[in-house]
Amino acid sequence: MSPAPASSAPAPAAIEVTGLCCGYEGRTVLKDVSFTVQRGEVLFVIGGSGCGKSTLLRHLVGLNAPMAGEVKFFGQSFTAADLATRRGLLKTFGVLYQGGALWSSLTLRQNVALPLEEHTALSGREIAELTSLKLAQVGLTGFEDYYPSEISGGMKKRAGLARALALDPAIVFLDEPSAGLDPITSRKLDDLVLQLRDTFGTTLVVVSHELASIFGIADRVIMLDRDAQGLIAEGPPAHLAAHSRDPRVTEFLLRRDRPPSPAAR
Amino acid sequence: MPSTAPTAARADTEMEGTVLRVRIAGDWSISGARPNWTGVLAGRAPQRVVLAADALGDWDSSLLLFLFEVQLWCRLAGAYCDAKALPEKILTLLKQMSVSHETSVPFDRSENFFTGVGEATLDAVQKARAFSHFIGECVLGVNRMWKRPQKFRWADAIEEMQNCGAMALPIVSLISFLVGVTLAYIGAIVLRQYGGDIYVADLVGLSMVREMGALMTGVVLAGRTGAAYAATLGNMKANEEIDALETLGIPAIDFLVLPRLLALFVMMPLLTLYANALGIVGGMTVASGVLSIPPAAYWVELLTIVDLSDLFVGVTKGATFGLIIGLSGCLRGMEAERSAGGVGRAATSAVVTAILLIIVSNALYAVIFDILGL
Repeated sequence: MSPAPASSAPAPAAIEVTGLCCGYEGRTVLKDVSFTVQRGEVLFVIGGSGCGKSTLLRHLVGLNAPMAGEVKFFGQSFTAADLATRRGLLKTFGVLYQGGALWSSLTLRQNVALPLEEHTALSGREIAELTSLKLAQVGLTGFEDYYPSEISGGMKKRAGLARALALDPAIVFLDEPSAGLDPITSRKLDDLVLQLRDTFGTTLVVVSHELASIFGIADRVIMLDRDAQGLIAEGPPAHLAAHSRDPRVTEFLLRRDRPPSPAAR
Repeated sequence: MPSTAPTAARADTEMEGTVLRVRIAGDWSISGARPNWTGVLAGRAPQRVVLAADALGDWDSSLLLFLFEVQLWCRLAGAYCDAKALPEKILTLLKQMSVSHETSVPFDRSENFFTGVGEATLDAVQKARAFSHFIGECVLGVNRMWKRPQKFRWADAIEEMQNCGAMALPIVSLISFLVGVTLAYIGAIVLRQYGGDIYVADLVGLSMVREMGALMTGVVLAGRTGAAYAATLGNMKANEEIDALETLGIPAIDFLVLPRLLALFVMMPLLTLYANALGIVGGMTVASGVLSIPPAAYWVELLTIVDLSDLFVGVTKGATFGLIIGLSGCLRGMEAERSAGGVGRAATSAVVTAILLIIVSNALYAVIFDILGL
């Protein structure tokens, strides 16, 4: 799981983001984003469509190089890391993509087994045991030898989560895990997230719109805004909903209309 | 839905001094005709425009467009637009329209000639850099494969070999046979005039073994396999499958590209040899059927001109073309845009790049083999 602290100094935060500027082809989407995620915390990244939640996630996991700023995992810089360090850090986190992103030419078992085959020296039998366990944890027992095209969208997501958990990562990023899922499956996924946190102390960063999940399992949320091009609120969701004076925050969390502007009738 | 037949949209006007009273009436439909403000104004220049809609029937966005035109005119002409008598719903929508008009700044995608040339140049440089980078990555991937062969995805490579090799046999057979037939006919037209019919065997043999076998197989596989690679990888990119590999620390080059490159590198020379044989058989068929040259004589004549060095030339070209097709297909797939259109463009681009590079490398080989005396 998470790398052991090197000395008796307080353990560094799981994720430390400083002055991150994200964008594509010179177009800035987010400016000067800074936040910290403590070990074992469930952090939700929330905000309206197009505010840059998925962009932030892509920059956090290294799929896009930031325009400025730094991302640290357990005190080690990810953005400035050399190739070997980067490969090492990649093993500390797993990512669940919006559509599951399962490799279509492989069965679910092979999808989950691949990271284990690549990064561990486990025997084929041990890998088979682990893949069965991971798939069982997400409720996919009996579907091990199905191809992604043969299962439903929700099952793909759960299989994607099983793959993200294959290497027992210390941090798991989930991009819109509840999108397109029925409320029961969505709640089961939330339970799984909590179980992960409680059992392994996993740190979870979840990009989501789902208010039930936000209020149900988030320890803290950070809210992004498209016009502000950055972070506009940070804190426990219930606290923000009750005490925030920012209409953009209350509008989102309480589904409340913004007060009408003087020009509106 | 209105129960009665719709009446025409109207804007009746009445001028009182400097005040123009506009009475909007009838049913306003976006698909029907509506009054034009310039026509309604009829050259008058009021200081104040008073709008009323007490006889208005059904209405939709067409009325908004008309009222917005009135507002804009009033603003430009310095007249006062009195819309207080209009229904609340219309005023709300009109206000939203004014706000969207003010705030929506069109994204200017137009560019002048010099910008276009500059961007195309930068794009070409960037593409050349991406291609070099990709080749470098593949070389590093081969190095990793060499060091840890047990991690290489041999099963994928073998499956790809079947797809790009065995499955391509029917189309390669047909094309090569017909190329052999065509070469023999063309040769016969000239050679028959000098009584040298038998030299058709030399012409077909040398052309197929040194040039056409590899070239035609390369073109067929560029269209068949190169496009398929680009589409598969482009689709995987759109589905975030390649991102998933990257974040799991598995190089996409090792997992997706090298098995395909190896498959083409192995199968292209074999397919080239097969194409050579089929082309020669095509020539032999014409020779025996049209020129009355017995197959045995054809074969003996062929052996006098075609030797192992010619086969080596063809096979070397075949292997090179295989790498070119694999690299083009995989590169274009990996850099495809994340959309259905992007995948289509990647497939097209892969075929064009592969054929272009095949022709260029074929010309280079002509020079190199000439220097080497092969």
